[in-house]
Amino acid sequence: MITQKLLLHFPQSATEKPIVYHLVKDYNLIINIFRARVTPEEDGFLVLDVTGNEEDIRQGMAFVKSFNIQVNEANKGVRWDSSKCVQCGNCIPHCPTEALYISDKKSRKIDFNSSLCVECLSCIENCPFGACSSIF
Amino acid sequence: MKTFEEINKKIESRKAVVLTAEEIIDYVDRKGLDAAAKEVDVVTTATFGPMCSSGCFLNFGHSKPKIRMSEAWIDDVLIYCGVAAVDVYLGATQLRHNDPANMYYPGEFRYGGGHVIEKLVSGEKLQLFGLSYGTDDYPRREIRTWFDIHDLNQAIMVNPRNCYQNYNVAINCSNKPIYTYLGLLKPDMKNLTYCSAGQLSPLLNDPFYETIGIGTKVWLAGAQGHVYAEGTQHSPTCERSPNDVPTEGAGTLALTANMKDMKPEFVRGISLIGYGVSLSLGIGIPIPILTPEILKRTAVKDREIMAPVIDYSRDYPNRSGRVLCRLNYEQLKSGEVKVLDRRVEVGSLSSYPKALEIAHLLKDEIKRGEFLLSRAIQALPRSQAMKTLEIREKEE
Repeated sequence: MITQKLLLHFPQSATEKPIVYHLVKDYNLIINIFRARVTPEEDGFLVLDVTGNEEDIRQGMAFVKSFNIQVNEANKGVRWDSSKCVQCGNCIPHCPTEALYISDKKSRKIDFNSSLCVECLSCIENCPFGACSSIF
Repeated sequence: MKTFEEINKKIESRKAVVLTAEEIIDYVDRKGLDAAAKEVDVVTTATFGPMCSSGCFLNFGHSKPKIRMSEAWIDDVLIYCGVAAVDVYLGATQLRHNDPANMYYPGEFRYGGGHVIEKLVSGEKLQLFGLSYGTDDYPRREIRTWFDIHDLNQAIMVNPRNCYQNYNVAINCSNKPIYTYLGLLKPDMKNLTYCSAGQLSPLLNDPFYETIGIGTKVWLAGAQGHVYAEGTQHSPTCERSPNDVPTEGAGTLALTANMKDMKPEFVRGISLIGYGVSLSLGIGIPIPILTPEILKRTAVKDREIMAPVIDYSRDYPNRSGRVLCRLNYEQLKSGEVKVLDRRVEVGSLSSYPKALEIAHLLKDEIKRGEFLLSRAIQALPRSQAMKTLEIREKEE
């Protein structure tokens, strides 16, 4: 069993099919949705963890892609712009999963581990410098 | 014992021994105070954080025909025109026109004076809109144009209060979230925020203002500026630790420098959810090591500097004066502290990495002979307390 964090990008009016239902029912996958915005007449996004055996995930994603939906493993919904970050550390108590963390105790530099991010968006609200943003 | 003149001569001949206020700690431990005081010429201190009491005077030059602006906006941010015809003051916390502020609580405060100042220093184009009642010598009644910092005759940052010597640690003892200038404070003391560079911070390294005074040259966002006055709310009469370091706000500095010489990465507009806009600034101040006593004060460590923890849900707004406890900066920087027997997560609005970068940049400028020190022309007050504002009737 492995877990993959994925960002699904739905082009406008992609499908009305209950995709998540099929991923669970037909491909035996455990789905944990972090954040979704799929509305008519707009691009849609879905950020989720998919847990299952590798072959099931591969086939499940092939099924998803058959609806012209892009499956993105690298890009996540929340972005941290290191050039805008001043490394103040205001975000640290607001990040529930330590995705934003102090990478070195002495220099107190901040880093972002996007694989731990659950897309709660509290960093976006709380960063005074606008270093965190959402792609949707 | 050294003199300013001797130190400046060494700087000019690129032989000055310069350390940051972080490096000096181990150095003094290793070499001993007297030996270190003989060797070291300058210790560089620095800070980077929100400094609301900041702003700038701008002079636009004259349009044809001329205007005497009576109201004006840059990028829809109101600027103060109650000075000469095309002189204005732009304040860091001014909101953009039509910002809903906290009408839809908590407000986002996306853009304001601090952001305009950041754009100016970055060399970006901005829009000026000005109105006037018109006079015989200044007949124009309206102006709309685009400009950048190079088009201005002067862009001089004039900050009434920077470099707070020490600062409150903000916490929320109530049962609902509160939005403050120290960020979002979660209910029931879930988090707290401090805001100081601690052992690197200028006035914590010179607690009785022995070398920093009016006229002292400073590094203000990359420009060479100076202290032009005591900062507003300068209140040196305060509680101090046995090492003379204040355990609360205490001293402040009023700073000025030419914005055309500033670096944009040290001038950053900020948006504080539910509170407003402001400006984060980077400042470095060199301390000349004239005596072993001055050196000793620059070797202060985070664990020797205490900050007061204040409840921003009740005690701060109501000016009760209550301090929940005091914590030192080593405890704060550990990421988790205990307040009233509860574990509390720590956040900071002051950037230690940025402050350290500034301390090193200033150190390098001094070592290259590009930044000479200046003796204060007037000392900062060493005893005065902060007055309060009493609400009274005219006759009282």
